[in-house]
Amino acid sequence: FFQYCLSGHPTLPCNVLKFKSTTIMLDCGLDMTSTLNFLPLPLVQSPRLSKLPGWVLKDGSTFLDKELKECSGHVFVDSVPEFCLPETELLDLSTVDVILISNYHCMMALPYITEYTGFTGTVYATEPTVQIGRLLMEELVNSIERVPKAQSASMWKNKEVQRLLPAPLKDAVEVSMWRKCYTMPEVNAALSKIQLVGYSQKIELFGAVQVTPLSSGYALGSSNWIIQSHYEKVSYVSGSSLLTTHPQPMDQASLKNSDVLILTGLTQIPTANPDGMVGEFCSNLAMTVRNGGNVLVPCYPSGVIYDLLECLYQYIDSAGLSNVPFYFISPVANSSLEFSQIFAEWLCHNKQTKVYLPEPPFPHAELIQTNKLKHYPSIHGDFSNDFKQPCVVFTGHPSLRFGDVVHFMELWGKSSLNTVIFTEPDFSYLDALAPYQPLAMKCVYCPIDTRLNFIQVSKLLKEVQPLHVVCPEQYTQPPPTQSHRTDLMIDCQPPPMSYRRAEVLTLPYKRRYEKIEIMPELADSLVPLEIKPGISLATVSAMLHTKDNKHVLQLPPKPPQPPASKKRKRVSDDVPECKPLKPLLSGSIPVDQFVQTLEKHGFSDVKVEDTAKGHIVLLQEAETLIQIEEDSTHIICDNDEPLRVKLRDLVLKFLQKF
Amino acid sequence: MAMSFQKPWFLARARRRFAMTRECALLLPRVCAALADPRQPGSDDTCLEKLLDWFQELTLFDSTVQLVQDNPCLTEFITSVLALPEPSPSILSFTLRLAGILAASENRFQHLQQEKLLARLFGRDGPPNSAVWEDASVRSGWVQGVHNMMHHQPALHLLCSGGGIDVIFTLQGDPSLFVASAASQLLVHMLTLSVESETTKPLSTKDCDWPACAQMIIKRIEDSLQSSSASHIEQSLKLLTSLFGSCRATWTEVLWLGVAKQIESFLTEETVQVQHMLANLLLNMAWSPVFRDTEGSFWALVTSALEHLTPVQAGPLAVGILRLYKCPQDVRIQALTVLLQPMDCILRAASQPLEYAGLLDESVSDPVTVESLLSSRSSCANLLCQTLAHLEQLLSLSRLPVDLPYTSLLRSLMTILQFCNGFLSPASPLGSTISRILINCFRVQRSALDVLAALSERKGSDTLIGSLFDLLLAYLESPNTSPTVLKKTFQATSKWLVRLQELSCSNSQGQQTEKILEDVFLVLQKRLCSPCWEVRDSSLEFLTVLIKCLRDQDEFRQSLLSSEVPRLTENLLEDPESYVRASAVTAVGHLAFITYFAPESPVVGNQYNKENTVAKLQEILSTDPEGFPRRAVISIFIKWLRQGCTGQLEDTEQFVSRVIQTVEHDLDWEVRLGGLELIEVFCSQTICQLGLPQCPYAPVSSAVTSSIHWNESLQVFCRAKLFSFLFRSLCDCDKPVGQRACDVLLGLKSNFYPVSTLEGSQGTGDSAVGHGIAWLQRTLRQGSLAQNFPTDGSNGVDFQDPENMMLALGAVELEELHDELNRSSDHVEKSPQSLLQDILATVGTIEENEADCY
Repeated sequence: FFQYCLSGHPTLPCNVLKFKSTTIMLDCGLDMTSTLNFLPLPLVQSPRLSKLPGWVLKDGSTFLDKELKECSGHVFVDSVPEFCLPETELLDLSTVDVILISNYHCMMALPYITEYTGFTGTVYATEPTVQIGRLLMEELVNSIERVPKAQSASMWKNKEVQRLLPAPLKDAVEVSMWRKCYTMPEVNAALSKIQLVGYSQKIELFGAVQVTPLSSGYALGSSNWIIQSHYEKVSYVSGSSLLTTHPQPMDQASLKNSDVLILTGLTQIPTANPDGMVGEFCSNLAMTVRNGGNVLVPCYPSGVIYDLLECLYQYIDSAGLSNVPFYFISPVANSSLEFSQIFAEWLCHNKQTKVYLPEPPFPHAELIQTNKLKHYPSIHGDFSNDFKQPCVVFTGHPSLRFGDVVHFMELWGKSSLNTVIFTEPDFSYLDALAPYQPLAMKCVYCPIDTRLNFIQVSKLLKEVQPLHVVCPEQYTQPPPTQSHRTDLMIDCQPPPMSYRRAEVLTLPYKRRYEKIEIMPELADSLVPLEIKPGISLATVSAMLHTKDNKHVLQLPPKPPQPPASKKRKRVSDDVPECKPLKPLLSGSIPVDQFVQTLEKHGFSDVKVEDTAKGHIVLLQEAETLIQIEEDSTHIICDNDEPLRVKLRDLVLKFLQKF
Repeated sequence: MAMSFQKPWFLARARRRFAMTRECALLLPRVCAALADPRQPGSDDTCLEKLLDWFQELTLFDSTVQLVQDNPCLTEFITSVLALPEPSPSILSFTLRLAGILAASENRFQHLQQEKLLARLFGRDGPPNSAVWEDASVRSGWVQGVHNMMHHQPALHLLCSGGGIDVIFTLQGDPSLFVASAASQLLVHMLTLSVESETTKPLSTKDCDWPACAQMIIKRIEDSLQSSSASHIEQSLKLLTSLFGSCRATWTEVLWLGVAKQIESFLTEETVQVQHMLANLLLNMAWSPVFRDTEGSFWALVTSALEHLTPVQAGPLAVGILRLYKCPQDVRIQALTVLLQPMDCILRAASQPLEYAGLLDESVSDPVTVESLLSSRSSCANLLCQTLAHLEQLLSLSRLPVDLPYTSLLRSLMTILQFCNGFLSPASPLGSTISRILINCFRVQRSALDVLAALSERKGSDTLIGSLFDLLLAYLESPNTSPTVLKKTFQATSKWLVRLQELSCSNSQGQQTEKILEDVFLVLQKRLCSPCWEVRDSSLEFLTVLIKCLRDQDEFRQSLLSSEVPRLTENLLEDPESYVRASAVTAVGHLAFITYFAPESPVVGNQYNKENTVAKLQEILSTDPEGFPRRAVISIFIKWLRQGCTGQLEDTEQFVSRVIQTVEHDLDWEVRLGGLELIEVFCSQTICQLGLPQCPYAPVSSAVTSSIHWNESLQVFCRAKLFSFLFRSLCDCDKPVGQRACDVLLGLKSNFYPVSTLEGSQGTGDSAVGHGIAWLQRTLRQGSLAQNFPTDGSNGVDFQDPENMMLALGAVELEELHDELNRSSDHVEKSPQSLLQDILATVGTIEENEADCY
């Protein structure tokens, strides 16, 4: 078993597993942190951004001043944002048979894989994953395409040039691999390759492997995967949650008895408890609004926003915020809010029961009905007419590099009354804010990450007891900023095997068995012989037939009839020749009795020597030596065939034949 | 002399009070017959318990045989229960306890023994030998019966000669904990009784001239201590523990010397694990002057125990010793060392070697033991919580007999709290282990914060105050702090802020104080907006505490008023959670002392002014659907009135009148009670202001001036419409309200009717007023049953007319009403007669049914 690790980001994984004869890609996450090196894409002309000075090298050279701009001591690429793709050089991605997707955040690189690598296989994912994944991709494409950028910077990527740049550009990895965003046709083509699956559905891959998605409790339709053959079981745990939020709870029981458990997608903020963060979010929101300020929440259009809206639904009346408008701005806002209400079977039990009342499972329906929450595809159009302050705006993208959020950052950044509250954990908020400096608006960091933390992982591993754990290297040491927190790493026995980007891992497991079927006719012909109480043996002579990774023992072909005519000999008759079978021997030779028997048969000078593996019986007069070991017996005598046969027969008396 | 003179009189009165009435004596035979009747279903256990209580009272002051002689049914009852082939366990248990109560006096004992009743009940061949003994209630009844009886030598001899001692010793290991514990107590009682009633000369170690019964018990104790059975040893240790805890006579030392060696060996004994029992035993001994004051081996044993017991076992012993005022200094130091060892270990684990001096110069026992306990997940939190609880206990003592190293202790506490929130990067492997275990351990956080709060009152830990506040603020700010930990953090912070203010007054730490206060209010501001109501509630409570303690400090007032906290607090008056509204009312009420009522603090410009605030509180009082906020409002109004703030606010009379009219129909009795308290304060203030002589015996210089005064205050009270509320409250269905109203009216009466003038003014004549007063008296007699209490004057009583009210105060028998209201409402149902009737009533129905059958 091999695992090819194509992504270095532990929560946006992309691994390829060679399991038996199949090649399975596990997730294809897109690392978008690369966009933080780019200037934001403003929706309306921003005088501030357009006036930023070009960057000049220490020696005064200005050849990069069109590509790189300087803002408050940081250097940004003035170009369309680009993304860091999974490794494509490590193995030929056209050989990938299937791609398994665990949740909608982990499929954002899918078009790059399916449309650029010659991929011809199938992608498996649940329905909500596909639908919401499509929304995320649509929003991404839309946000970038609506602000066309004339220029595209590439000079800075030159290795010689990059070395001269300041950090973090200098240290950016694989910049040559960075790609611009895909297009909607590519998204559609990629999504058309997906086959929908349901939880616990068993999918056969080429007869060799069975894959099954299990609920992972993290997001609508999010799954962990079981990849198993008859004798091997690999569990792929990616982005799971044990908290009670909106999705169906995590299925832990089915992960038991795994030989290997690949563990990715743990919480990115292990020190922040999500409940505390939600409290923090609400408190800061209320404080800002009460002081007459606006609140900006950069977020994805699906996921935690549902939980936040639910908390706010309960909170706004108590906090006296009933009159404050909440705006949700995204090209897919409407679809996201509506989709969430129709995926009842993928929701937690409480929400499912609501559907039968019938009531909408999420309370944001009521917020919309009472006009407390309004949603718009963009800041243009209706929104500009309805817009009232102070207000709370939920909009993307959390990187603050594109989407409507850029506009609000420019609009509200100058007043200290306003607050931007970061709830998505994917981007460092300080890096996200860098091109907006100097900033007067308050910034609050309340990352809400409901994925497993290390305490939960340790309980999970105790519960499911896999033989081996494989995880990204980041999980095997404390976070770099908190090196004393040894509690913030995976602690299990045996210690986990770790991987990093562009590494090939031999999974610590060897195949020992393969299942083979016996045809009924063949089984009928067997004559078992009981050699020990409860153990019967039979010799089988058969032909092994292998097709579609299934092995069947069939009756051996009949001995070839003498050909009726030499000329009519066909290729199909050319079957392997069957030799008559020799009986098999079993049992052990009791040396004392053997010696007595020899003496009875006239060998008077028998001498026994013990060896490491058994005994040597010496017949000195006959100059003959009988070597008796556990699994072999040798008679060594010089050219005296009758003697050898005689001795052989004496030996055979002590053994069973079948 | 005085006592002996009073005693016969006291006893006679007590006997009279508890004697059996004729009515009861008539009912008793039927009750006894019914109880002894096996056909009757088991009587209600509570009835039987009450019956026993009654017999206990009957016999308490009467040792004569009269009770049993006059009521032969009692003896007959016992005889007939004994004759039953299969008595019900509850009746048998009752009989045993009753017999014990009756036999508590020697006279009655002899009377009952005439028929050998007691021997049959408590002898070896009695219940212990029968099948019903299986029932725990019978065994318990037997032990209690014996205990009840055990007040004289004949009882002792009955038990000792009848094999009872063996039974009791066996019962010490009874599966029922109640029986086992009662058996142990009984043995202690018997031993004490035997030694103290049967010994004539003081005992010494040399002559082992114990009385027979004591000797039997002591022998058994010694034997079981020497046995190899841990349970037997434990039973004896338990017995000795309670003996030394209850008996402080010198003979206990003689007993101790006989077993001391053996007990000492348990400290080091590996085969029998009874060490955990020793701490309690030694503690009880340490409190006894018999052992405490000796120079000898006792303290050596304590020292050895502190050394050999595990830290968890030694902790309670150490803290107990530290609470003693009489204790050798070296033992005290050793106890302190044991207690502080885990704290020392924490400090050392967290710091570089030699960075801090640590808490202790040397340790009593091997520090490895403590270290291993602290590095195990299962024991670390337990040991720390126990240690912290002990430290808090010590710090709560007003006089500590020992000096604690406050600075190091504070540093250690801070270290624990830093471990718990993961702020500390430990320098040692042990530190990393402890840190791993303690991160997010709420139990330890809460305990540590309790000690931290207690430590604020001790001088000498001020050097760390800056970093302490950094830590407290980190806890207050962190979203990971659980609501219960946050509450404790608030408590500790408020205490330390008071300390900080004291320090800042005494030296030039003004700037630091200002910065800390600013930070505190910033975080408080956020917490007041928390979506978790518990957090909002404790934040408001914290604010109230701060204002109470620090409102006189300029720095505090300025920081508070320049923050957003006052405005957010007033917002919370409309919180959806009633507890939060109540706390907001209290906070706003206290805030008013700074904003509106303090002459030197002009109101900070915001939309709220005092009129709005008062109107808002009155609105809550009249419309809030929950009781808590309304109770809070009335309490605040009382507070304001007491502190004389309402005078600046508006005419106090009008204020009180308006409040009273709002609360008099409140559904919550505590609010109505609050209204009465408000009246009480108002009345006393008014009377004081108008100068009415408080003392009824003070010479009235001029009847004219005096009457003018009372007239004036009476008029004020009538105008404020206090009387209708007061008189109506006398009929309130909630008793405390009636009692309070009566107290207030009695107070007024005593003011307006000095004793000398009372009699003359009671005439009410035949006028309409007289009829009205008569109606009032009639109505009040009905008490809470009185329907409709019209106060509009339609019954001839005008509650706003001073003359009417003066007459009413004189005419209504308030003193009688007072007694009536103070009597418990079940005083009729509680009487023994009613109890006997109850028992018969259940029997009666059966008799009737029987009659029906025939």
